Amino acid sequence: MIRYVSGRLAQSLLVMFLVAAVAFALFGFVGDPIRQMITEDASQSEIDRLREMMGLNDPVPVQFWRYITGAVQGDFGVSYFHKRPVGALIAERLPATFELAGLSVLLSILIGVPLGVYTGLHRHGRIARGLMAVSLVGISIPTFLIGIMLIYLFSVILGWLPSFGRGETVALFGGAWTTGFFTVSGLKSLILPAITLALFQSTMIMRLVRAEMLDVMRTDYIKFARARGLRDRSVHFRHALKNTLMPVVTVIGLQLGTVIAFAIITESVFQWPGMGRLFLQAIQQVDIPVMSAYLIMIAFFFVVINLITDLAYYAIDPRLRTNAVKGGAHA
Amino acid sequence: MSLLELRDLKIHFDTRRRTVEAVRGIDLTVERGEILGIVGESGAGKSTIGNAIMGLLEPPGRIAGGEVIFDGARLDTMSEKQRRHIRGARIGMIFQDPMTSLNPLLTVGDQIAETICRHSGKPRATAMREAVAFLGEVGIPEPETRAGEYPHQFSGGMRQRVVITLALCADPDLVICDEPTTALDVSVQAQILDLLRRLCRERNVGAIFITHDMGVISEVTDRVAVMYQGRVVETGATASVLARPRHAYSQSLLAAVPRSDVRLDRFPQLDYRADGEDPSTRKVIDLSTHWLGRRVGEAATADVAPLLQAEGLTMRFVSHHSVVPSWRRSFAAVRDVSFDIRRGETFGLVGESGSGKSTVARMIAGLYEPSEGRIFYDRTEIAGPGAVAMQPRTRQQIQMIFQDPFSSLNRRKRVGDILTEPIRHHRLAASRGEADAIAADLLDHVGLGAEAARAYPHEFSGGQRQRISIARALATRPQFLICDEPTSALDVSIQAQILNLLKNLQQELGLTLLFISHDLPVIRQMCDRVGVMRSGEIVELAPAEQLFKAPAHPYTRELLSLMPRVVGEDVDRCAEGRQASAGTAQTKC
Repeated sequence: MIRYVSGRLAQSLLVMFLVAAVAFALFGFVGDPIRQMITEDASQSEIDRLREMMGLNDPVPVQFWRYITGAVQGDFGVSYFHKRPVGALIAERLPATFELAGLSVLLSILIGVPLGVYTGLHRHGRIARGLMAVSLVGISIPTFLIGIMLIYLFSVILGWLPSFGRGETVALFGGAWTTGFFTVSGLKSLILPAITLALFQSTMIMRLVRAEMLDVMRTDYIKFARARGLRDRSVHFRHALKNTLMPVVTVIGLQLGTVIAFAIITESVFQWPGMGRLFLQAIQQVDIPVMSAYLIMIAFFFVVINLITDLAYYAIDPRLRTNAVKGGAHA
Repeated sequence: MSLLELRDLKIHFDTRRRTVEAVRGIDLTVERGEILGIVGESGAGKSTIGNAIMGLLEPPGRIAGGEVIFDGARLDTMSEKQRRHIRGARIGMIFQDPMTSLNPLLTVGDQIAETICRHSGKPRATAMREAVAFLGEVGIPEPETRAGEYPHQFSGGMRQRVVITLALCADPDLVICDEPTTALDVSVQAQILDLLRRLCRERNVGAIFITHDMGVISEVTDRVAVMYQGRVVETGATASVLARPRHAYSQSLLAAVPRSDVRLDRFPQLDYRADGEDPSTRKVIDLSTHWLGRRVGEAATADVAPLLQAEGLTMRFVSHHSVVPSWRRSFAAVRDVSFDIRRGETFGLVGESGSGKSTVARMIAGLYEPSEGRIFYDRTEIAGPGAVAMQPRTRQQIQMIFQDPFSSLNRRKRVGDILTEPIRHHRLAASRGEADAIAADLLDHVGLGAEAARAYPHEFSGGQRQRISIARALATRPQFLICDEPTSALDVSIQAQILNLLKNLQQELGLTLLFISHDLPVIRQMCDRVGVMRSGEIVELAPAEQLFKAPAHPYTRELLSLMPRVVGEDVDRCAEGRQASAGTAQTKC
């Protein structure tokens, strides 16, 4: 166990180090940062002073070291565009994205897994076929179109739900986190973007679970479980579903990462004040500190999610926990 | 009243084109405490019957007619809910492959306790105690600890013991065993058969043994039903059916079983089936004129040195990877194995699974690089410290026939292309037309006919595919053939045909064979000299006759004693059975 985790941790650290190197390299390759910060009429002495002040004359390894030590403490420098510390900018917007991503992934699991099990078990049934057809639509319509259609229906025509923003938020932990979960308008605002994001994922999870169920239901141990007279419920959920979970957990993990990192389109459609829009602005303004911080942070999320996924494997599959076979062929 | 009675049972599979009649009206009975064997070759409908009794027929299979009466109640008309109380509780079932019959994610104890709870309604703690007691009874040491372990921590034989526990833990009256030992080694098979027989006797449980293995039938069953193409052709007391089979199919089936007691020149060719080759029409290859006899730039050697020499072969596989060399762990699949193979002989390697015999084959074929030791082929070092890259000519001379005829042929290629590929790769034919002609000729010689070249592998049965594999191996004009369990995926009558074909080809072409098998009777029929392998080492190496008559090593003796024998093998069967079947064979011709 310790071996397994420490091995994964070492890999994660290596990945983070490499990503940090790439993020650091952005500063050098995307253009001279001084040019972005100064006005046209700055004098050479001003430029030199700024350069010295920012440590740009130090050797590259020293700069890199400074960059890494800063990043570890959450200091990613100052945004060129917002003229504020990048760490604070991200911290402001992180809760919005997290809540949206978390809720949509939760929704997609709650919808996708049961539907997947159902369509896997009754694959020739009418309802199952209908669900499969609908899911194909869900998977092929781009998210922005779904978002716009939902806004049109629920905000414009019915007027039930807000079409943009987070609604009222409540500050928690002394303002370190803002949440929309405790106000009616906050919850209402979450519904449409969360559904928009969850639609694609839940169809994907449903199709994945279905395919895995079809495979597992054909195995000998399921046939044997039925031959032992076990109840259908036990055969389907206790024996079959658990055996489908490994690939499902992988995909859910990757989905969560993807939603956190690239919910940009949905955030734009709903004018959601999350990180996606911050990143989009950063690209438009060539705001390198924000871009590099974003890169590191997303890599960090993926690494953490992957680590959790690996640990989930470990919990699900006993074969990873013990490898020794006791008793030889003659036992 | 019988425990189980099948009356004129018919099972059909409706496919888009037609209805396949898998079982065409059979009548069978099983009494309490009786063991009935159902024997037949693949496709005879044996397993379908077992599934039908359990109510586990996969659609589109359905019971099309007849009755299944269990303890006075009709099973075939029962509702699914009622059947679920019969399944497991009153009729247990054991499947073929213990490696896949258990849920890998639940502990063994959990799976047993779950079954007990379901059928007896006992509280979980009691069920768990019973599960542990049962595991002890089927011969699993330290049952308390083992009950908390997962299936992957058990060996194949131990898993089958767990499967038996699962099938019997709810105290059924009938147990259906579908090829219960086919996936197991011979020594484990003997133990499992003993266990099953003992449990059935002790608990007065009726049992149905579905198998293709005459040895198993002979060892375990009281009565036997021989099935052929969905019909029972013969039933009777096991001893009398085996000793004096009345039906022509039973006779041909018994004749095809390789004998462990005496070496025959050829298997008796008494094929009851239609798709076999007719031995009388097969053309004999004359090497002096045939393409297969032509040599590329060399005279036929009359060399007395062994064709192949293996010296101190060792193969280690890394079992634990690490960056630091001293942390790496490896295990030796083959340890210090040495042998010579003489020109024109068949050298056998026999052993249980995991003994390293296939690894040896792969090293010789060049698929694995030996960790230590050297291999000489025709005095050239082909593996080892002094070996240069294997010459195309050597590669061409060493060919391999694999165990599974289903996965060893490229299913997207026509048979003709499969055969001409090696011919053209080694430039053994001047033109495409010549290569095609050679392929057609080879197919003729393996008994398939030249028209087979245009078909795809999936159009052929297992035995026919193995013939294609043989033709492909011959296509490079090899001197040395490695046969790795070439018939263990095949039915006995097909096995007899394939082994005869190999013998004929060897005789005509002067081939040298390395023949690998776990099946001792087959080894006896095929090999001149035999090496017995255990845990990566050759424990005994002797001429075949000597090995079978006077085994020197205790392990060889153990293996030989565990070999299931067909009763009446020594006297009756050969004398009467063969005369009778020879009679039918003559009338057939």
